[in-house]
Amino acid sequence: MIKRSFLGLAKPRLQYNLVPDSVQELPVPEKVVLMLEEPQNGGSGNGPKVGDSVKTGQRLSASPDGGEYVISSITGTVSDVAPYMGTFGKKCTAITIDAGGQDDWDDTFSKEPTLDTALKFFEYAPGNPSFKAFADPEKSIRTIVISGMDQDLLVTTNQSVVQNEAADIKNGVDALKKMTGVDRIVITVPENLVQQANATGADVKAVSATYPSGLPHMIMKDVLGEVVSAEDSVEDAGTVFMSAEAVASLGAAFETGQLRVTKIVTVVGKDGKTTNVKTRIGTPLKDVLQACNASLNDRDRLILGGPMTGVAAYSEELAVEPGTDGIVVQSESDSAQVTDYPCINCGECVRICPVKIPVNMLVRFLEGRFYEDARAMYDLDCCIECGLCSYVCVSRIPIFQYIKVGKYELGLIETAEAENE
Amino acid sequence: MSSEKKLAVPHDLFPWKPAKEAGKAPQEKLIVGHAPHWHDGSTISAKNYNIMIAALPAVLFGISQYGAPALGVIAFATACAMIWELIMNLVMRKPTTIGDGSAAVTGLLLGMLMPASAPWWVIALGTALAIIVGKQIFGGIGFNPLNPPLLALAMLVMSFKGIFDFDEALRHYDLGFAMTYPLADLKFFGTSAIGKFSTGALLMGKQAGAVGSTFGLGLIAGGIYLMLRGHIRWEISLSFLAGVFITAWLFNVLGDPGEYAGPLFHLFTGYTLIAAFFLLPEDSSSPVNFIPMLLFGVLAGLMTVLIRNIGAYVDGIPFSILLMNLANPLLDKIRPKAIGKVVENA
Repeated sequence: MIKRSFLGLAKPRLQYNLVPDSVQELPVPEKVVLMLEEPQNGGSGNGPKVGDSVKTGQRLSASPDGGEYVISSITGTVSDVAPYMGTFGKKCTAITIDAGGQDDWDDTFSKEPTLDTALKFFEYAPGNPSFKAFADPEKSIRTIVISGMDQDLLVTTNQSVVQNEAADIKNGVDALKKMTGVDRIVITVPENLVQQANATGADVKAVSATYPSGLPHMIMKDVLGEVVSAEDSVEDAGTVFMSAEAVASLGAAFETGQLRVTKIVTVVGKDGKTTNVKTRIGTPLKDVLQACNASLNDRDRLILGGPMTGVAAYSEELAVEPGTDGIVVQSESDSAQVTDYPCINCGECVRICPVKIPVNMLVRFLEGRFYEDARAMYDLDCCIECGLCSYVCVSRIPIFQYIKVGKYELGLIETAEAENE
Repeated sequence: MSSEKKLAVPHDLFPWKPAKEAGKAPQEKLIVGHAPHWHDGSTISAKNYNIMIAALPAVLFGISQYGAPALGVIAFATACAMIWELIMNLVMRKPTTIGDGSAAVTGLLLGMLMPASAPWWVIALGTALAIIVGKQIFGGIGFNPLNPPLLALAMLVMSFKGIFDFDEALRHYDLGFAMTYPLADLKFFGTSAIGKFSTGALLMGKQAGAVGSTFGLGLIAGGIYLMLRGHIRWEISLSFLAGVFITAWLFNVLGDPGEYAGPLFHLFTGYTLIAAFFLLPEDSSSPVNFIPMLLFGVLAGLMTVLIRNIGAYVDGIPFSILLMNLANPLLDKIRPKAIGKVVENA
């Protein structure tokens, strides 16, 4: 954990890890757990059953034409299907598949580069791309940004993809152009990877190595020169972000005819040692940690993602998901502890906020649960969720958590209003 | 079979694990929490202890000048403030907060603002006003709209004039330099009476005054330490000093030089320096945005010199800053537009 420097006059600068480790491939796990999101419009019940045998690369969905699906990452038998609730009440079905011998590839994937193919096969690709915005008639997507810079600190997944798989990214860029019809494809990389990125055929832009410049909103502002207004998403502003890993797996799939089912994960041990591993999607975290010799003890924190925005997992039985770029193990003494002290108005958060939110006022409203006032008067919606305010808070208020809860509660209110209309 | 199990415990921690396996294998108990999982390590107590360390040069100088009575004032004020805080914690059934150092800083600063001859009951009363009226009735740390030590000082100065008349209070001391209070000399006799105070002597603490506010060099050193470590906001301190300097200079140049002293005299006398580095940048009662911080400091400096030069009080410090504390919420509305904010068409 990077501490405040002795001289605190200048605001702290958190630098990204710019040295990707070489990628070490892990053996096929004995079982995988895949999280199938609950379909928005029902239709569950037709999903995979216990005892079904599945092939590698097979699409598993609750209904034949359902929008939500997972791609099996091993060949074997479904051994359990159970409900699971993720963060902020996200409902999923956990599908456990026990491995059974050699990979037997499913052959339903066709190399036809259309949007339908993308929606049908790549929504569960490593790097977790989303093609829904292209199919949405209300959005007109003009730009695709490939993030060759990782979003969170310590993690080097996408940088290692740019470094090692530029050819796959190039194929992916070509496929993306055909599938989406979008001509403007930009790849953002740190300064030291510009040369490798030049080979991808995308428009190369360098981003600063200081957090949070890898976050989509910051890239929109700093690289594309477009400010996303608080009411809109990045997609509303005509841009779709995809990780370099997602584009590379797209390219690899069109090259080989096989969907990619492995995920590159940066594993950070308690001693700060980083290792990049390539493992099947759905591998239990326990297996990954064991393979990296990363110890995990009672009262440690196990973080999926990076230290600034990652989600703390409650069990090492959880699995690597397509969006899991990093796994960080943190001992209790290194973890950020929060308190219920009030804001003392020191202003550290206001000065570090990359989008100039008056966090000192915002947190007062959020603590009092005045979410609508927080949005109307103190720019709740402008927040780009970088977590720097909590990082510097002297009172150690969980500001970032308050912000997420505020946004979540407002979302519930909006959903309820929409239903009542 | 498996569906029955799920109905019994729909959101079991490990629903996809067979029951016997889940029961058998003891799991590591992991701690969960919301992102970010890093923190820069700053704490309120570290901040307050640093403020106390920064105040030490001035305090030690005061003690070396006035001896045991000064030590008594400082120690008693600090202890009293902490005891009042503890009593208020107990009365209000709130968690005990004396460990965070906030009450100790309040007590220490109030002690530094008092003459060495201050009687014990004034200190007890003053710290009670600072902690209870200044802070706790608003909800404790972070909620005080006014600077607690200054609020207490203002009440005491108005209530017990004699105790805070430094000429009167320190008449038994002879420390080898002119033992008249410089600001009082200026107020009542004009600039002809302050020729005996050289700027260097004022800076080195050769002046009568409160226990911890006369040693200019020590206060400046403490202030620089706090600014560099980021515990106080340099914008407020420096703009306040600039405000004092410019206003005093304008009076001196445009007004009657026999009546109005030069800017350096105002900088190094009275409570100016302790206010600039220890009182004015108090977190809760000062703004956080850049332009408001500058305005806050400059206007507080302007008010200070206005009161000193044409007001009724010898030193304008408690009143000028309390006034600006009141303006703080209004000033802090001047803030940059958040990036991405949609402005409704006016």
